[in-house]
Amino acid sequence: MPAALRAIYTIWYRDTLRLLRERTRIIGMLGQPLIYFLIVGQGISSAMGFRGAPPGLNISYLQFMYPGILAMSVLFTSISSGISIIWDREFGFLKEVLVAPVPRWATAIGKALGGSTAAMAQAFILLFLAPLAQVSLDFITAVQLVAILFLISLALTFFGIAIASHMETMEGFQMIMNFLIMPLYFLSGAMFPMQSVPAWMAFLMRLDPLTYGVDALRLLVYRNADPQILSFLVRYDLKIDLSVLLLLVLALGAWGTWSFSRQE
Amino acid sequence: MGHIIEVENLQKVFGQVVAVDDISFTVEEGEIFGFLGPNGAGKSTTIKILCTLLKPTRGRARLAGYDVLREPHAVRRSLGIVFQDSSLDDRLTAAQNLYLHGLLYGLSRQVLKKRIQEVLEMVGLAERQGDTVRTFSGGMRRRLEIARGFLHHPRILFLDEPTVGLDPQTRAAIWEHLHKLRKEKGLTIFMTTHYMDEAENCDRIAIIDYGRIQALDTPDNLKRSLGGDILTVVPVEGIDLAPLIRDKYNVKVQHSPEGLRIEVRDGASFIPRLASDLGNQIKSIHLRRPTLDDVFIKLTGRAIREEEASAVERMRLSSHRRPLRR
Ligand SMILES: Nc1ncnc2c1ncn2[C@@H]1O[C@H](COP(=O)(O)OP(=O)(O)OP(=O)(O)O)[C@@H](O)[C@H]1O
Ligand SMILES: [Mg+2]
Repeated sequence: MPAALRAIYTIWYRDTLRLLRERTRIIGMLGQPLIYFLIVGQGISSAMGFRGAPPGLNISYLQFMYPGILAMSVLFTSISSGISIIWDREFGFLKEVLVAPVPRWATAIGKALGGSTAAMAQAFILLFLAPLAQVSLDFITAVQLVAILFLISLALTFFGIAIASHMETMEGFQMIMNFLIMPLYFLSGAMFPMQSVPAWMAFLMRLDPLTYGVDALRLLVYRNADPQILSFLVRYDLKIDLSVLLLLVLALGAWGTWSFSRQE
Repeated sequence: MGHIIEVENLQKVFGQVVAVDDISFTVEEGEIFGFLGPNGAGKSTTIKILCTLLKPTRGRARLAGYDVLREPHAVRRSLGIVFQDSSLDDRLTAAQNLYLHGLLYGLSRQVLKKRIQEVLEMVGLAERQGDTVRTFSGGMRRRLEIARGFLHHPRILFLDEPTVGLDPQTRAAIWEHLHKLRKEKGLTIFMTTHYMDEAENCDRIAIIDYGRIQALDTPDNLKRSLGGDILTVVPVEGIDLAPLIRDKYNVKVQHSPEGLRIEVRDGASFIPRLASDLGNQIKSIHLRRPTLDDVFIKLTGRAIREEEASAVERMRLSSHRRPLRR
């Protein structure tokens, strides 16, 4: 096996081994979505109504949020896996990888795949729990959702790796969580449709890469809905969403691997 | 030719700090070569340059014939390393840590399986291979790291303070393994330490301070260079005998916490003279052979503090930047 493939496989394998060995993380992965469902379904939804919704909109807030919850879990898991390379670099296994005869860029790709695998594990759990959110998915839709989620998670893990490569210490970590992840999430359209917000916010939402991911997920889940309702729930064509996502994977992938390879 | 490590005028500057200051040396194949120096001397920085983790500011280094800047890949293939701070994955088992390492170095599964058993037996951890590293003691972790550093059969093994914080028995056991490796496999070992007694295991030692090599020789030659024995004389309270002794016998006298430290050619015959000349002003005289500590004091004017600081504490220590010294 060439050195690059070896590195990608080893780093991915290590992350996956760790994932399987960490019982608390697996319990967290199961518990977190249940908590979201409960809070969103029983709490937030009681205070929410859709402004400017077309007549005949017959989906509950929890149903509306379901694709957003998928995106959220992938967002958190991916970015924190990406950033975890800081810990690894300072205190652990990564130091040992950096002196091994394998290229750095391959190490970054392995890490991105490892982070995405963890995010996918959580996404699978959420997909199985879809009936709890009164969302029914057929097999094909589930597969398509997984594909979109994988792209989102790959892009975001690379994003985390890029940030981590530019961070000298761990002190910036909390800052990034507050000033990056939260806005990314709130502006993604996961919690409210883009159609019902003021123009300036719609503009910001259009800049948020996660918007396109959430849009694609929602389109896939509700593609059989009435066209009028669908156009309220979904903003873009699947082609546009997909192109943006693919571009993001490439751009963030390049940035992440470059940043990671460049550091001393 | 023939040197497995060649270093020429190597320098590394971090902002205002000259961590490694124009050092040159060579290491022979099969040698155990040591860097002895206090905290912040530049030991780890030198190792990081040699194993391609840091780029030198100036100078050249070749390992196994490969240039660290131009052929980093080949250099990495030739070396194994045990870092100063642990780099094990403590959530995984000992065997898993070794397995991942072997995969990275491209060992085939069959070879890897055999090697893992071999190195685990060598460091006495075969029974614990299925246990999570988190449950290991400091000595066990260190032994596992040495096993891992050697797993892919490198030609050179770097050990950055391999036994820091370990008890004497564990240190002795680790050294036994290292000597065996060198003898059986012709391994070259490059190690750093600030333990004097550990430095005695080396064939040759470079004493390094403030990024510069102050002396480089075999431990015996270094000690012999002091030219004799060390006497520690404790004078009767309130008397400063130093100038008197210095003038009378023309020897080197230094104040130390224990008393007056005197270097003489032949201690055994000097004691009676001293006692008959100044006996009523002296409380005690102590004779010993010179140690590397004495060599260090002579070269740098101070002692290496053999503190047993934790890794974290030492990380904090070394982050206090030393001002530029030229
Ligand atoms: N990445 C870095 N950035 C800035 N300064 C550094 C860096 N790494 C090391 N230094 C400085 O370089 C000097 C030498 O450090 P080095 O770690 O090589 O010392 P050492 O001999 O290994 O000491 P110790 O026994 O504490 O491990 C120190 O003054 C340290 O503060
Ligand atoms: Mg060091």
